[in-house]
Amino acid sequence: MSDGTVDRLARATPTRVARKVKGLSDRAIAWLFVGPTIFLLLAINIFPLIWTINLSFTNFKANRPNRAVEYIGLRNYERILSDSDIWLSMQATAHFLFWTLFFQVLIGFALAWLINKKFRGNDMWTTIIVLPMMLSPAVVGNFWTFLYQPQIGLFNYIVAFFTGADPSSFDMLGSVDLAPWAIVIVDTWMWTPFVMLICLAGLRSIPDYIYEAAEVDRASKLRQFFTITIPMVLPFLMLAVLFRGIENFKMFDLVVQLTGGGPGSVTEMSSINLKREAFEKWRTGYSSAFAIILFVTVFGLASIYVKALNKVKER
Amino acid sequence: MSFSVTEPSSRQKWFAGTLVITYALITMIPLLWIMMTSFKTPPDSISYPPKVVYEPSLEGYVNLFTTRTRLSPEALAELPPPENFAEEIVRNRNMVIAGPSKFGGRFLNSVIIGFGSTFLSIFLGTLAAYAFSRFKIPLADDLLFFILSTRMMPPIAVAIPIFLMYRQLGLSDTHLGMILLYTAVNISLAVWLLKGFIDEIPREYEEAALIDGYTRFQAFYKVVLPQAATGIASTAIFCLIFAWNEYAFAVLLTSGTAQTAPAFIPTIIGVGGLDWPAIAAGATIFLLPVMIFTVLLRKHLLRGITFGAVRK
Repeated sequence: MSDGTVDRLARATPTRVARKVKGLSDRAIAWLFVGPTIFLLLAINIFPLIWTINLSFTNFKANRPNRAVEYIGLRNYERILSDSDIWLSMQATAHFLFWTLFFQVLIGFALAWLINKKFRGNDMWTTIIVLPMMLSPAVVGNFWTFLYQPQIGLFNYIVAFFTGADPSSFDMLGSVDLAPWAIVIVDTWMWTPFVMLICLAGLRSIPDYIYEAAEVDRASKLRQFFTITIPMVLPFLMLAVLFRGIENFKMFDLVVQLTGGGPGSVTEMSSINLKREAFEKWRTGYSSAFAIILFVTVFGLASIYVKALNKVKER
Repeated sequence: MSFSVTEPSSRQKWFAGTLVITYALITMIPLLWIMMTSFKTPPDSISYPPKVVYEPSLEGYVNLFTTRTRLSPEALAELPPPENFAEEIVRNRNMVIAGPSKFGGRFLNSVIIGFGSTFLSIFLGTLAAYAFSRFKIPLADDLLFFILSTRMMPPIAVAIPIFLMYRQLGLSDTHLGMILLYTAVNISLAVWLLKGFIDEIPREYEEAALIDGYTRFQAFYKVVLPQAATGIASTAIFCLIFAWNEYAFAVLLTSGTAQTAPAFIPTIIGVGGLDWPAIAAGATIFLLPVMIFTVLLRKHLLRGITFGAVRK
């Protein structure tokens, strides 16, 4: 904190009077500065949210605005919770969430650990590794469908080259067994750098003297890794998982472009399912209820997770 | 320098370097393939095995920017000789250029909406961040958390009422509507990042200015803003990249006049199947600026990414 002498002096003088003479009071300026942001968020985030809650109790259909709107209580929620499609989409989301986080944490941490060995040119290679996550998921995802083409795709060609299989014998996006993994591969390719950067920040925050002290105590390198490196990086790693987890729970653009939810509905994540209900079947009330359930789920899971994270930080 | 226990040995460095470089090279393959495909002819792009060495062609770029119509060989023979290289490429496929495609306009939409929303988020975000950093605002922590939590909502969940609201207000498929929407999404991150940057500027500078007779406003834009310039610039890049890449809102709320490039590029279709060189050309033009930005501004960007996450 910058509690300097000037600060104390400034507080000692009757500031409110002094500053009003020269212009607006500090409080007026504070509200003038914060106001527009709050207003925008209320108008485009909170008002729509409240509207969604309201719609979720109705049978409104946005493609028939003139039809009388009926309030039907909790029936939308009941229907969603007993809808097997919704549970399938939740399962698809869970599969995607678990495996993307698993691979991204594993590869991301390993890369950060290697980069932290400070070999020559590590800055340049870090930048190159980061490139995929800066790009548009929709445009890149669209192009990956080309890489995944059974006969002509580069991905299939490379896999076939190393395994000796026939490149047209497997269809990453068209097969019920492979499609859930195809999207995990692209998401891992795209977002591992994010986990890597956060881990790298964590590794760089560990002061050298801790290792030096451990060395004096003759702790082995392996022991140092498990008793210093891992615990010190863990809060960072958990944050990266939180951010990726929230993002992948909302996952839409990449998967829509890659599989569109298919084949059948094996990769139909909840966001894609929601889009179908809301903007193709136009079941506005029903999909609003679904949106609220999703939002509450994310929020709830994130809050529990943040509590756990704070416990780890306190240690 | 003296011997340090924390400095890895040169063998370790070599080993780490090899692994990281291998990963980096593999991760680059899809991006290189996009660029390589954009310079192929359609037959080359779908040949088996995939062609690494080929004769470069601008057909993808010509197809991206034009619409074409097929003519009979007799009708083609009667035409005057082609005026430029584009016309020549198209004639070789028994076609003539009918007019420009929509890509130019869609790209321009991306530029307008991207820069418009970035400017607005930074303008509002800097003001809010300054207030949060310097004044005692009642419930400041709750407000900050509220601002950040708005990012947890799935875009589709917000899209339903926004779709209805924009239809009522006449904002659907307009530049203004998209600029406001992207600003609302970006502003949470902007306030969060900028508050961190402004917190780092010592208060004494402004206090001194205030004692010298500056008003708060003057102190803000003559003392604080120049000091925060780097932070503002790197936050701006983040907002710009988000707006540039956004897809879910774009595809749901725009269809024509305000459609952005990410919503348009996947819809490019050639004659008889997908025109991959044209799609790749569009992707290259669209992705390349971000890649160049990333490489040039890596220090600020990388700091911003970790900072935004770690500060929480």
